[in-house]
Amino acid sequence: MANQIQYIFDNENLNRSEPAKFSSDDLQRDEMIINIGPQHPSTHGVLRLEVVTKGEQIVEVVPHLGYLHRCFEKHAENLPYNQVLPFVDRMDYLAAMNSEHAYVMGVERMLGIENDIPARVEYIRVLVAELNRLASHFLALGSYGMDLGAVTGFFWMMRDREHILRLLEWVSGARMLYNYIWVGGLFYDLPVGFEERCMEFVQYLKPKIKELEELVIQNQIFIQRTAKVGVLSADLAINYGITGPMLRGSGLAYDLRKVDGYSVYSELEFDVPVGKGEMGELGDCWDRTWVRVKECYESIKIIEQCLNRLKGEHQRTKSFDPRAAVPKKIRPKAQDLYIRAENPKGETGFYFRADGKSDVPFRCKARGASFVNLSIINELSKGGLIADLIAVIGSIDIVLGEVDR
Amino acid sequence: MAIYAERKVSAFIQDRYGPMEVGPYGLLQTVADLLKLIQKEDIVPQKADKPLYKLAPIIIFTAVFAGFAVLPVTSGFMGSTTEVGVFYLLAIVSLDVVGILMAGWGSNSKYALLGAMRSVAQIISYEIPIALMVVCITLISQTLNLQEIIFQQGILWSETEEGAQNYLFGIKALGIETTTIGGFLTWNILRSPTMLVGFLIFFVASLAESNRAPFDIPEAESELVGGFHTEYSGFRWSMVMLAEYGMMLLVSFLGAILFLGGWNSFFPNIGPLKLADWTTGVPGTLAGHLWGAFWLIGKALILVLIQMWVRWTFPRLRLDQLMQLSWKFLTPTAIILVLLSAIWRLLMI
Repeated sequence: MANQIQYIFDNENLNRSEPAKFSSDDLQRDEMIINIGPQHPSTHGVLRLEVVTKGEQIVEVVPHLGYLHRCFEKHAENLPYNQVLPFVDRMDYLAAMNSEHAYVMGVERMLGIENDIPARVEYIRVLVAELNRLASHFLALGSYGMDLGAVTGFFWMMRDREHILRLLEWVSGARMLYNYIWVGGLFYDLPVGFEERCMEFVQYLKPKIKELEELVIQNQIFIQRTAKVGVLSADLAINYGITGPMLRGSGLAYDLRKVDGYSVYSELEFDVPVGKGEMGELGDCWDRTWVRVKECYESIKIIEQCLNRLKGEHQRTKSFDPRAAVPKKIRPKAQDLYIRAENPKGETGFYFRADGKSDVPFRCKARGASFVNLSIINELSKGGLIADLIAVIGSIDIVLGEVDR
Repeated sequence: MAIYAERKVSAFIQDRYGPMEVGPYGLLQTVADLLKLIQKEDIVPQKADKPLYKLAPIIIFTAVFAGFAVLPVTSGFMGSTTEVGVFYLLAIVSLDVVGILMAGWGSNSKYALLGAMRSVAQIISYEIPIALMVVCITLISQTLNLQEIIFQQGILWSETEEGAQNYLFGIKALGIETTTIGGFLTWNILRSPTMLVGFLIFFVASLAESNRAPFDIPEAESELVGGFHTEYSGFRWSMVMLAEYGMMLLVSFLGAILFLGGWNSFFPNIGPLKLADWTTGVPGTLAGHLWGAFWLIGKALILVLIQMWVRWTFPRLRLDQLMQLSWKFLTPTAIILVLLSAIWRLLMI
């Protein structure tokens, strides 16, 4: 047996794709089950879809989750509040700063120190979170183009995302999982010269997004593939609890940065772009993509304002210590608290229950935006073609790390 | 070579270097890839229909490369001289479909089956505009012989045939006789105004025929993983892949021969500047061979380059949109063009 490939084929293997909702007995005439994923180029990770089709037409889609489950909530119950942060990074690994920001806000509110945080710290938090939002949207737009066959857009977006990751690496030392925003402060102040470099980068970025719009978003074939596909009405979106660019693509201007005005967002000027159904119907895949592109411009606006204030009224001083307000011991009083923030993918929330006697949360429930947004996939892709299903998955913009947690 | 070019072209479009490690500027990358692919295990799925599965890549490969046999590379050299070269090419290109269907069915995989069905539907629907365009050319040229079609598109026609005359757009009344001027003015795209549109139709259809983007839905990497060749690996896969590039080259050659003057020179004679004469050798001599090969291969490669450019710029169409384009737009236009070409031919004489 030494030089042979040793695997024993068992006929049962062909039927072993459990768990499955449908078996071949449930099928009507002409229907078949196609298993898409967990290894599939366009499921954006390890999502597995059980698809019942009639030829190429989709009858039903059942998502199967859990291939990337890492017990975030159980981990959180066993670690002190500040040590949970790296696990928060790993939930939505494409927008770790945004999740960190939400988590840290929650813990600070429980401790009652949210008003002690220096303004410079808050501005830096918003700055890095918005940079991360740009990176996340770039990946969403680029890989969406690739799902539809436009490979070049993906590479252009990855190139620009790389610049952002380098900036963030300069700030925190890590490319994707930063652990930069601490409870009560920051890991470090911004490196010297960061503001200038970041400003340069933002100026470089604006024409690049325009380029992508011309290459992919306004392309006639792209419009044909996405307009009137996967139409999500605002009522349905609200019923399913959809948030983020998906909800705004359906025409509802609901952005927690405006609604809650958390952190320093209430002091910054930016618009909330919504879908208008320009190319097809309101709430189709094109609208969602368009909202993401527009949000990139808004993020750039926010970044510019933050940079100006960080160079102006909240300048770096020699005595400034970003860790000044970091508490030595984190033991909140017994309470329940839900904190939410606007992530690139939607509303990310943390529900804490503290018992007042220990440094670890009694319970920490995370609400993943991708998880909730994914639940709509059956409604959106039913009756379409397989090609439309791919377009719908891409427009939902899921991150499996956040779906499975 | 084509694979290397494709990788470099795509890299430059996407702000990358492309292969750089193997050999100078990565020139040997393709060789390395082929070596690697040959060494790979030849996996045949347990439940595959084995004879069909094993035979399919061979059929696809042979079908495509048999097409090269009748291409007139220069004025004096072609693999096999046939009177019905165009027909032979159309037939051999259609044979490709059989192989694809066999591969899809034989793999016993749903992805492969869907890919094969799409592919067959697509190739058959795009065969029609291509065939109609060939009919147009035949109407204008009055021959099915590829070599003769080329001779008509250059300065050498008057030497081989008595009383041969070419006019710009085929209109005698315009009074621009191009028989001895040659160059791009005598190419088929300018021998009749219908051919300008015809060339566009031919180009679009040939993209679909060779399963290239934006018509690469049979492979549709992001939907069907690999389409009909999902289950193939190693050597068999590389044969399928080579056949795809071969097909791309073949339709480009065909386009260059039918519409762009084949091995005829690009430059026309302008008064005493005998550019066309200088860049066309006497048939049968070494110069004739070299110039002919240079022009034909050059034109074909430029078409290939455009195909790559298109591929790396456009998203992919959906199956129903693809069919719509073919049946609602290309085919009706092609039929009208055939009618117009027939009338034009009558007017020309």
